[in-house]
Amino acid sequence: MKEIMVRAIYCEMLGYEASFSYIHAIKLAQQGSVLEKRVGYLAVSLFLHESHDLLLLLVNTVLKDLQSTNLIEVCMALTVVSQIFPKDMIPAVLPLVEDKLTHSKEIIRRKAVLALYKFYLIAPNQVQHIHDKFRKALCDKDPGVMTASLHIYLKLIKESPESYKDLTDSFVTILKQVVGGKLPVDFNYHSVPAPWLQMQLLRILALLGKEDQRTSEMMYEVLDESLRRAEINHNITYAILYECLKTIYTIHPKSELLEKAAKCIGKFVLSPKINLKYLGLKALTYVVQQDPNLALQHQMTIIECLDHSDPIIKRETLELLYRITNGQNVSVIVEKMLDFLRLSKDEYTTIDLVGKVAELAEKYPFPYNSWFIQTMNAIFSIGGDVMQPDIPNNFLRLLAEGFDSDEEDRQLRLLAVDSYLSLLECDTSGLPQRFLQVISWVLGEFSFLKEGLEPADVVERLGKLLDDDAITTETRCWVLAAMSKLCGSSDALCKAEKVAHKYTSCLDTALRQQAVELELLGRDVDLRTRVLPQHGFCVWLQVDSSLSFLDGFVSDALARGAAPYKPPHQRQEELSQEKILNFEPYGLSLPVSLSACSLTDRQSPTALSLSSSLSNLLKLEGVKRVWGKQGYLPEKQATEEALAQEPSSIFAPSHQQACSESQQTTFSTIVEQDQEKRQLASSLFVGLGSQNLGKPEASSSQRFRRKVRPEDPSDVNRSLAVSSSFSHSSSALDVLLDNAIPDPTNLSDSTSEAVPAVGNTEVVEASEVSSLSGGSGPLAQPSSQVERGLESDLPSRLPATLVGLLRSDVEELCSGESLSLSACKVFDADALVLAIFLSNISDSSIQEVSCLISSEQLKVPEMCSTFSVLSFYLNVVVSLYRLVMEAPGTQAIVRGSVSCASQATQSFSLTLSLVDFIRPLPLTTEEYGKMWLSFSHDVKQNLMLLKHEEEDQLEAALTALKEKLCLHIVDVIGAEGIMACQLVSGRPCLLHCHTHGGMLAIWLRSPIADLPDCLLYHCQKAIQER
Amino acid sequence: MIKFLLMVNKQGQIRLSKYYEHIDLAKRASLEVDVIKGCLSRKKEECSFVEYKDYKLVYRQYASLFVMVGVSENENELAVYELVHNFVEVLDKYFSRVIMFNLEKVHVILDEMILNGHIVETNKSRILAPLLVLDKMAES
Repeated sequence: MKEIMVRAIYCEMLGYEASFSYIHAIKLAQQGSVLEKRVGYLAVSLFLHESHDLLLLLVNTVLKDLQSTNLIEVCMALTVVSQIFPKDMIPAVLPLVEDKLTHSKEIIRRKAVLALYKFYLIAPNQVQHIHDKFRKALCDKDPGVMTASLHIYLKLIKESPESYKDLTDSFVTILKQVVGGKLPVDFNYHSVPAPWLQMQLLRILALLGKEDQRTSEMMYEVLDESLRRAEINHNITYAILYECLKTIYTIHPKSELLEKAAKCIGKFVLSPKINLKYLGLKALTYVVQQDPNLALQHQMTIIECLDHSDPIIKRETLELLYRITNGQNVSVIVEKMLDFLRLSKDEYTTIDLVGKVAELAEKYPFPYNSWFIQTMNAIFSIGGDVMQPDIPNNFLRLLAEGFDSDEEDRQLRLLAVDSYLSLLECDTSGLPQRFLQVISWVLGEFSFLKEGLEPADVVERLGKLLDDDAITTETRCWVLAAMSKLCGSSDALCKAEKVAHKYTSCLDTALRQQAVELELLGRDVDLRTRVLPQHGFCVWLQVDSSLSFLDGFVSDALARGAAPYKPPHQRQEELSQEKILNFEPYGLSLPVSLSACSLTDRQSPTALSLSSSLSNLLKLEGVKRVWGKQGYLPEKQATEEALAQEPSSIFAPSHQQACSESQQTTFSTIVEQDQEKRQLASSLFVGLGSQNLGKPEASSSQRFRRKVRPEDPSDVNRSLAVSSSFSHSSSALDVLLDNAIPDPTNLSDSTSEAVPAVGNTEVVEASEVSSLSGGSGPLAQPSSQVERGLESDLPSRLPATLVGLLRSDVEELCSGESLSLSACKVFDADALVLAIFLSNISDSSIQEVSCLISSEQLKVPEMCSTFSVLSFYLNVVVSLYRLVMEAPGTQAIVRGSVSCASQATQSFSLTLSLVDFIRPLPLTTEEYGKMWLSFSHDVKQNLMLLKHEEEDQLEAALTALKEKLCLHIVDVIGAEGIMACQLVSGRPCLLHCHTHGGMLAIWLRSPIADLPDCLLYHCQKAIQER
Repeated sequence: MIKFLLMVNKQGQIRLSKYYEHIDLAKRASLEVDVIKGCLSRKKEECSFVEYKDYKLVYRQYASLFVMVGVSENENELAVYELVHNFVEVLDKYFSRVIMFNLEKVHVILDEMILNGHIVETNKSRILAPLLVLDKMAES
């Protein structure tokens, strides 16, 4: 039987299904002798998967074997349990496995730990109670058992690093012992002590030390030791080194270690061994985000690798370059990527790289307009139909929405039109469908910009596209949509109608509709002039968002006995409940127009045309379109029209605000960074003969700043205020702004893995020195001015993780002889981060500064931050506190004190408002409705609206509330508005506003008692202050 | 995390396969073809790591035998590369230089070393201990 089972395993391995033998495998595990049993278990683990039904039959065997006196049988059972076990049966074996944790043999204990790990993976809730036993396993006297428990800890710590900080010491001690060679010799691999164990520990330490200075400090010594020990020239030591480097660059930085680590990276990339070179590039990719200078050091190697014969090395190098891309080198890097793409055959690589190229092309200001268009053309022709669909969508949106200057927009669009016209003249058969769709949309929308070009010509060229049999119906739709936009002149109309006529009897409904619409448009001159105003592209039309013009239609229909509207999910539920006929096949024959109207359906050309001039058509044909596949959908329409009204603030102005705020905050850090990058780029590509080397950024660099809408002039003012206090000459300001703008995204990308760069005394010192020597620090000026200069400079001290978040202005808390305290509130998603800046304003150094804060109303982390030394004038350290409001109150007072070795304690207090702890809660109207009903605590009040003369009182009130209180406007229905927000601790509060006769009726509901009351107080204030 | 391990001869025939994530039999075949093609076509001077979809392949050649391991993106490739060597050394030790291909025994060894895609034991004597006991019991 055993031999037969092995053969069955062979069969499956070679790809022939042997499902008939599955049951025999289970039987063999049940009945066979010890060796046969092992083969039986082995076959089961190879044949079956987690949810296979036959697995249940194995449970009994496992139970029996776990209780066996034969150790080898217990061993086997534990092995199979940790490989494959049905989730539902865990409770049956759990006590037995737990017992084994105290077994006298190490192998049994080890396997029991691994089995528990498996249980944790598939059903974490069921092993919650034995976390203590994991700790025991970690302290087991046998290194094997301890090693096994590390798998569990790696997983646990990844999920919540905070809960396991206390174990840092143990992990450090273990690593120290391992590195120091305290393990038995048989754990060595090529005379390196337990290398895989070392790597596992390093990974755990990285997770623990991330963004935590205190924990990081505990591990500096052992990391240093690891770096030193790993000097034997063997692959495995390099593997450890790599892990060590990653840890050093993940935890809170220490300059000494970073220096050593940087040297190690040199060992990798300069190695003649190709595998090490690969790993070196990978390590470099990981660290350049924090230290771009490293790439500079190894620039020659990087350039060599870029031309390496091995495509894998090339690919890895491109990945590295992608990370160090900036405004200057973007065109060179993109060129390299495109070169690689042209040679690459692997679909997965193509998709990935095409996405990256598109991202870079859109993110950075480019040297020439034509470069952007050419790059995008290259992407579309290479990436073709495999690329992510949002790439063409984003491109079209960029073209349609435009940027700062109208002239620039016009030029860009014209360039696109030109390049597409010339493309259409050549053979188009090889072009991907997506590209053709983009071409036809752009031509339809913007070809009028080109003087002397007859729409009829364009229609004719587009018409030629349709002759090709290879193009899909979807593309045909796009082409027809483009044609209907070009029907302004009778000549063009004539040609278009001819083409369209062919499709009026087409079987595809979408295409047919497009054709019929075109024909109708041709017949009705009035309609045509209204729908297609001359040069009237991209005018954001005011649309009746409540669809009130349909109310009559709806009430008529209801009066005639039509069923009231039900949202789609409700209908689907009902459908699935009553098992009646399946309607799905009929879905297609219903008018597609509605689904095509929604912007979420990005495939459809109508979506885009709708956002431009055709939205008038919506009004006219609205009646027809309302009853689509998805039924009568007022919400959907409403959101969509909101989109059409205000393209740049697609989600909510609050986002926009956040965006501009983040630009401010990242501002100062970027200045330094960008300089580095500039330097890097110019020297990195010396050997490459870069075309834009050292050139100042082109004037077009502002392009990617979104248009600043007139609605929020305050933002502009504020950002200007910040920047003007930062830099004195206005020309310098321009340069700074230009440099700063494209980067926030880049920066926020890097923060995800970034180690907080500020907060460490050394780093702060360094940057301080540089700013002083750079001349921007007002070194010799009177201290009042110094203070002001300092204050605007302070936000740059915030750690990278907080940069990009909304924050308040810096305010001074108190000031003593030698210490000045300022505070800044940073509005993180799940807490209010209070940043306290301690600045040395004396000429001597200050020793042992410690800062402690407390609050009665808030949950304050109990920690006392101590900084060993503030060595010189204007040296600043930042102390961060994450505050959470548990029980709502209208305000909260934070008291704090600062003490240092040489002088008396300074105390301060700071009042925080409830508003500081309120975050917008994005909800849909449906979700809102459900939540509204489920909340028990409510408050209702009428407020006087002071300004009677305003036209739209509700809107004004809502905007005021939103701006002052950070609320999310869910929906506005007639004279009613609904809004939602949440406390940082995650508890929601819903608002319902209604205006009548100069009064605003506010109704608040929340699951917790005091929140509505307190919030109402702030609403009142916000409305009064308006 | 380790996703699968294959042992393949120079002709591209599979000698051992172990998956740590369930993949349908039909999909395995196409995956194996791709992986084998990707690895066997590499030149000696090129590096031992290959990209394949969203994971990395690490391969190592021993005479006419290739060991190929599919790992996730975040894995340390060099560590896996050396793990393969450790595995081969264990095989070497057990089969005393002649790899008489006992499929089930190789699997037992592998099960001791890698579980659920994680490296669980690298100590050679401990890896072999259960197998040696089994052998002894079979003899008696």
